[in-house]
Amino acid sequence: MRTDDLIRALAEDRATPVVGPQRRVVLALAGGGAVTAALFFWLFGMRGDIASALSTWRFDFKLVTMAALFAAAMIATLRLGRPTANTANAVRPILLVVLLLLAGLAAELVLVPSGDWSARLFGKNRFICLAVIPLLSVAPLAAILTAMRESAPASPSLAGAFSGLLAGALAAILYASHCTDDSPLFVLAWYTIAIALVMAVGALAGRTMLRW
Amino acid sequence: MQKDFDELARLMRAANTGDDAAYARVLSLLAPRLRTVVSRGFRSYGYNTDEVEDVVQETLLTIHLKRQTWDSSQPLGPWLNAVARNKLIDHLRRRGHRQHVPIEDFENVLEAPSESVSVGAAIDGSNLLASLKPRERMIVEAISIEGRSSREVAEALEMSEGAVRVALHRALKSLAARYRSQ
Repeated sequence: MRTDDLIRALAEDRATPVVGPQRRVVLALAGGGAVTAALFFWLFGMRGDIASALSTWRFDFKLVTMAALFAAAMIATLRLGRPTANTANAVRPILLVVLLLLAGLAAELVLVPSGDWSARLFGKNRFICLAVIPLLSVAPLAAILTAMRESAPASPSLAGAFSGLLAGALAAILYASHCTDDSPLFVLAWYTIAIALVMAVGALAGRTMLRW
Repeated sequence: MQKDFDELARLMRAANTGDDAAYARVLSLLAPRLRTVVSRGFRSYGYNTDEVEDVVQETLLTIHLKRQTWDSSQPLGPWLNAVARNKLIDHLRRRGHRQHVPIEDFENVLEAPSESVSVGAAIDGSNLLASLKPRERMIVEAISIEGRSSREVAEALEMSEGAVRVALHRALKSLAARYRSQ
């Protein structure tokens, strides 16, 4: 085929309306999120004392930081989908979330006597946390990665990792409403490990799935 | 030179808002530039240049399929540069080349008016069309080589125009995938 001929085919194909790659990620997130929310309410559900929990700063802080992580991961993932992505620029909002988490940690260390730190850190649900967050991430991660194939990430593994962060943050918001361990110490340790696992899976999958 | 690039960006924006002629024009303007860039890349690594047209076509195909990852409020040059570099590196890697490919001056070359052969004179080495399903291949050939519109093809094949467009889009995507796995 001559290059001129190819160009004719490309120009003819252009008339096909396409959903933009970023919108596709958002739609995928909504779809995968709906599936995983259904799974969550079927298997776990919110904790029984949710109403009173909402009036404690630790529970609220947990929800707010996970929501902030979700928003930052969304920005990062969408930015990393471009071939011209500037990594530092894309990832910067995550730093704000890290600072927020560290502020919560500092508050907790000041408020709680050091003898109680380890009980707070290990909590009661650490293994459940480590299992449930990755489990709830499966559907959104699959959906996000599939949608990201329409993008053209400068680094496929990095884009995959942040797709994992996005899926993991969504899962963490749901799980946070179920879990009774609210200490920032617990959140910083176990949520981080659980989400990092999802990021690692995303990076590995992205390496092959997101090549273009 | 910058002016020249601005013109490409202007055409690309017009294409995004539905100007088909502008789109065909922008691709025709890009083809010879890509040819120059790719030949230089090949030559600097001592590869013979038989496969240049393959890479040019693969890059055009990628520009087409990924065009919406360009943020139209940004300049076009860096985006083109990133896409073209990705394709050239990919191709060299498939040929067993592991080293870093230093093509930083890509953008300058892309920007410069072309020095090489007339647009589209060259034919690709590998006949990828043969890898398509018979009906998809028929549609691609009718539109590209015979220059027919999708409506004409639809009438000839007794399909709806929409179905022809879907088949064409699918065929182009599978061509791109074939290139990657070659």
